[in-house]
Amino acid sequence: MKLFEAEHLSKRFGDQVVLQDITLACEEGELVGIMGPNGAGKTTCFNVLTGRFRPDRGRVTFAGEDITGLAPREIARRGISRSFQIMNLFDDYSALDNVLIATPHVRRQGFNPWRDLGADSTAQDLAAAVLARIGLAGKERVVAKSLSYGERRALEIGVALAAEPRMLFLDEPTAGLGAEGTARLAELVRELRKQVTILIIEHDMKFLFSLADRISVIHWGQVIAQGTPAELRQNEWVARSNLGALA
Amino acid sequence: MHLPAGRAALVPAPMLLLLGLLLSTPLWIAQVGLYQYLALEIMIWMMFALGFNLLLGFTGLPSFGHGAYFGIGAYAFGLLQLKVWPNLWFDLFGAVLVAACLGGVVALFISHRRGIYYALLTIAFGQVFWFIANKWHTVTGGEDGLLNIKRLPADFGVVSFSLTSNNALFYFCLAVFAVVLIALWRLVHSPLGRVLSAIKQNETRASFVGYDVWRYKWLAFTLSAGVAGLAGALFAMAQQSAYPNVMSLHNSGFVVMMVLVGGGLVSFWGPVIGATFFILARDLLGVYTETWLLWYGLVFMLMVIFKPDGIAGIWQAWRRRRPAASRKPQVVAASVPVALVQRGADEAV
Repeated sequence: MKLFEAEHLSKRFGDQVVLQDITLACEEGELVGIMGPNGAGKTTCFNVLTGRFRPDRGRVTFAGEDITGLAPREIARRGISRSFQIMNLFDDYSALDNVLIATPHVRRQGFNPWRDLGADSTAQDLAAAVLARIGLAGKERVVAKSLSYGERRALEIGVALAAEPRMLFLDEPTAGLGAEGTARLAELVRELRKQVTILIIEHDMKFLFSLADRISVIHWGQVIAQGTPAELRQNEWVARSNLGALA
Repeated sequence: MHLPAGRAALVPAPMLLLLGLLLSTPLWIAQVGLYQYLALEIMIWMMFALGFNLLLGFTGLPSFGHGAYFGIGAYAFGLLQLKVWPNLWFDLFGAVLVAACLGGVVALFISHRRGIYYALLTIAFGQVFWFIANKWHTVTGGEDGLLNIKRLPADFGVVSFSLTSNNALFYFCLAVFAVVLIALWRLVHSPLGRVLSAIKQNETRASFVGYDVWRYKWLAFTLSAGVAGLAGALFAMAQQSAYPNVMSLHNSGFVVMMVLVGGGLVSFWGPVIGATFFILARDLLGVYTETWLLWYGLVFMLMVIFKPDGIAGIWQAWRRRRPAASRKPQVVAASVPVALVQRGADEAV
């Protein structure tokens, strides 16, 4: 059985059709990519999959359960976590607190008004371990808005990761990163995919082709091609478009 | 809000200092030309402002109608005492409960909003309560207010203390204040407090990591209304009456000004500083001019323009030995109270 499945998703805003009959699927442990030009509907697709928007038609299932149209928090609690293309951090919190607040350990006691969170060593250790995984060890006490751009991108993933997801959605994780940053990120994603199923939206073809098991190409709100990186290289449509040239 | 990392002290130094200072007021307050009742009043406002800052400073929700819950506490305390059972504990607890419940009902209607819409809704609901207090003569006494509210004795079973003197009432309120202060201090360091602050910083992200943002916002408002109700009940006891005036837009604006001038957006202690500053300014400037609010309003505007982090912010900047952080004032938090001050100043003139 597939871990994650989206079938025949459609979404329109007013009379503009943004997504049309999108079907995607992910096996447990897979790394699936979504690529496509700007404005193709990739991020909208993510927003529909993670509960920000409700699809007009179609069905999303996760671990056998229908999650179509559930609120973001409901989807998050079922084990889907996402990062954002435009950075979405708790800016006044330290790197550690950003991650800390996202852990299920803290979420479960979220209504506790008495316990001192600063003295909760389990929570602190959990958060520090996440920071170490994303390469931010030593930056625990730095306020998020004072981190460098690359560090903030990493923390963006860290917050998603802290929720201990079964499935991780990454929305353009390389956005704004230089070659070196992208290489480091690729390494991180390679490490993460050993533990968690990942769906990535990406612009950077090289990055995606080197990592993904399978890729869906979205254009004009439709899936126009699907397959392994090797298959896509052979795909006539992809080869003829500038997408193929980049790959 | 930057909270220091690591374990929080149960009773931190500023709290000891504050409680010690308040406790010692009967020894020196007359010598410096002030009077005990003033200390009592400042303390009640501190409590109100601290509870209010849970909402404004920690959760980032601007309520400009919070005087309503202060007033509801005052009226509830009076009515329970006059009509139900004149028992201090019952009436105090009842006042908190009534204020929190009505706050909770209002929060049902506003918790899906934020920013300016949130602020406008709080004003609208605040005005509704103020209007009811004004017009429902048979219950609230209308514009005449609710008179003859008694300072009930604090009965501990074996021993009972009379609270009729200002000094006795002051000590009693100080004890209540200490409890509220410790509870709020714990709260802001607890998971709940941290989540509220996370929601202030980024509501969207908080929901995407699994928090039910609506419920937390509802709870922040309700708790804050409950604390306001407690402060209001103590105020009714201090004044021995309850007037619709305490529920007015004015009063709601005062608590916003206290919190912002004191530095509630950057420090837990901001409301404490702000309440002291405001009431002292009222009394000291009030001696010289009836238009003291005009001058206070000017100070407030200058603060919002040049030192938006308030007195606590100036202190923090000085401690860091660096130029003050050039943080921009929050648009909503800053502009609406300015309008309130202007209105208040107009009317005072």
